[in-house]
Amino acid sequence: MSVTSPVSTTAVRATGIWKVFNEGQANEVTALQDINLTVEAGEFISLIGPSGCGKSTLLRVIADLTHPTKGSAEVAGMSAADARQQQRYGMAFQQAALFDWRTVRRNVELPLELQGWSKSARAARAMELLEMVQLADFAGHRPWELSGGMQQRVAIARSLAVDPPLLLMDEPFGALDEMTRERMQNELLRIRQETGKSVIFVTHSIPEAVYLSDRVVVMSPRPGRITDIIDVNLGSRDEDTREAEAFFAGVTAVREALRGRTGGSAARARVGEV
Amino acid sequence: MSQSVTVTKAGMDAAPGRTARSGSAGRRFKRGAASAGWALLGILLSVIMWELVKAVGSVVPFPFNTSDTTMPNVWTMVTGAFQPEMRGSSTTVLQAVIMAAGYSLMIAMGGFVVGVSVGLMLAITMQRFAFMERGLLPFVIASQTVPLIALAPLIVGIGNRFSVGPFEWSTTYSVMFIAAYLAFFPLSVGALRGLHAPTATSLELMRSYAAKPRQLLFKLRFPSSIPYLVPALKVSAASAVVGTVIAEISTGVRGGIGRLIIEYAREITGQPAKVYVAVFGAIILGLVAAALVTAFDLYLTRNLPKEGPA
Ligand SMILES: Nc1ncnc2c1ncn2[C@@H]1O[C@H](COP(=O)(O)OP(=O)(O)OP(=O)(O)O)[C@@H](O)[C@H]1O
Ligand SMILES: [Mg+2]
Repeated sequence: MSVTSPVSTTAVRATGIWKVFNEGQANEVTALQDINLTVEAGEFISLIGPSGCGKSTLLRVIADLTHPTKGSAEVAGMSAADARQQQRYGMAFQQAALFDWRTVRRNVELPLELQGWSKSARAARAMELLEMVQLADFAGHRPWELSGGMQQRVAIARSLAVDPPLLLMDEPFGALDEMTRERMQNELLRIRQETGKSVIFVTHSIPEAVYLSDRVVVMSPRPGRITDIIDVNLGSRDEDTREAEAFFAGVTAVREALRGRTGGSAARARVGEV
Repeated sequence: MSQSVTVTKAGMDAAPGRTARSGSAGRRFKRGAASAGWALLGILLSVIMWELVKAVGSVVPFPFNTSDTTMPNVWTMVTGAFQPEMRGSSTTVLQAVIMAAGYSLMIAMGGFVVGVSVGLMLAITMQRFAFMERGLLPFVIASQTVPLIALAPLIVGIGNRFSVGPFEWSTTYSVMFIAAYLAFFPLSVGALRGLHAPTATSLELMRSYAAKPRQLLFKLRFPSSIPYLVPALKVSAASAVVGTVIAEISTGVRGGIGRLIIEYAREITGQPAKVYVAVFGAIILGLVAAALVTAFDLYLTRNLPKEGPA
């Protein structure tokens, strides 16, 4: 129930995943078509692509919140179902989904409570996490007394509660303004630095994907599939990174890949070399 | 019976009442004072109307009887409340009415507790198993279309033959049963909606934590159903009181306010004020029941947003 060290060096392995909704009916949708993806331990991966291309569906298959029609997902060397049972990932959504009737601290405690942690142990752990997201002063507040960005930080703290090796994040900053968003990105990178988590991060924002990730996975819709994977080598990020040549090169490479231009791979070669 | 129809509607339409609640204690007090003021004004206007109708009725012929024997003056009612219940008896009419209302309140509360427990268990079962919801809900709704007047003698008849060991069924239990029968419905419908209230994201979150069904119920579904539960409880409490009074009348159980109204109505020619005092007693009984639920509501929702939802 304490810190889990990754058993294998592979955080996530998706093999031949298909997801077909309403199979055999008039409204059949192929949300995922033959998805193969490996995420190494400690890696930060972004999923980007137009609305409806199956990003959330892929995340939900990895989280064992829905079953793939074909293929399988492995998390931390075990089946997605086992990984969920053993709490090997933490999840954050676009809506913070905090419980109104609990204080901020008790929201962070929720996953620990479900695991049967003692009262004092989970209170201590929750305070530790709230320190990390710089919300310790708000431990006794109710979620609805917090701004959207603060609520999202609480949700991130909650997703880290059981100290899972993997974070699955579905547009967690999607509803935030640009300034808050950049601050949250830095905070997420810092947390990831401190904890060494692997992250799969769904976003609609190209700069966000490039700024955060080691690799950007580009998807296209109908049927949802991976069209390109772009390596980003920006080294350690700081405020200047957002204005660096390499950053713009990465943005261009992802944009071209999204447009379906074959130049994607040529641009990819330039990223990190400039 | 029209009662069940209104109950059905109120139960169905019961929506989360968060938006209506005001913020600080100061504002709450001001609102309380304001509504007390409006209530007093309403009472005053009713008194004026009553006396006006009587005054006009004594000169112009009305289609109904406005004489002092059927519509006594308000002042006569007030003084009538403090007269002895019967010639030579030491209790006043008011005391008798309070005693009877208290007795009815006990029965109504018993029926309310039974009805709410049954309603809650039904709602949990229906939420947990979709086939239960499909199979049971039509019966739950149909149960409220059975006319109570027909049901009451039936329950008394069945109950009177019912005894388990030292336990003997009395007609009082029949009254309580009828109160419970009316109270369970609004609650089960409201609670069912409340248990279905959690957002898809909250449910996925709990699933990602591998929460057990019992944890899902107690940590998510129950707390999110409170905004639906509270209005349902209010309707259930009112139904329990109405059910008690009506069942007392139709079964003829002694001791409660329902029977008292019938008895006093027979004496309307001798002491016209008495029956009105009893009717007011029944009204105040309903208000007390509503106040009890409101107090419970304030306790339950003390941690929820007081201004509109986020
Ligand atoms: N439960 C469902 N039933 C039927 N179709 C679904 C369901 N969930 C998703 N889909 C379909 O699968 C496709 C992919 O949906 P998904 O939510 O994964 O897209 P997305 O990439 O996350 O989009 P967005 O960027 O808008 O969040 C869409 O066409 C959607 O209509
Ligand atoms: Mg999505």
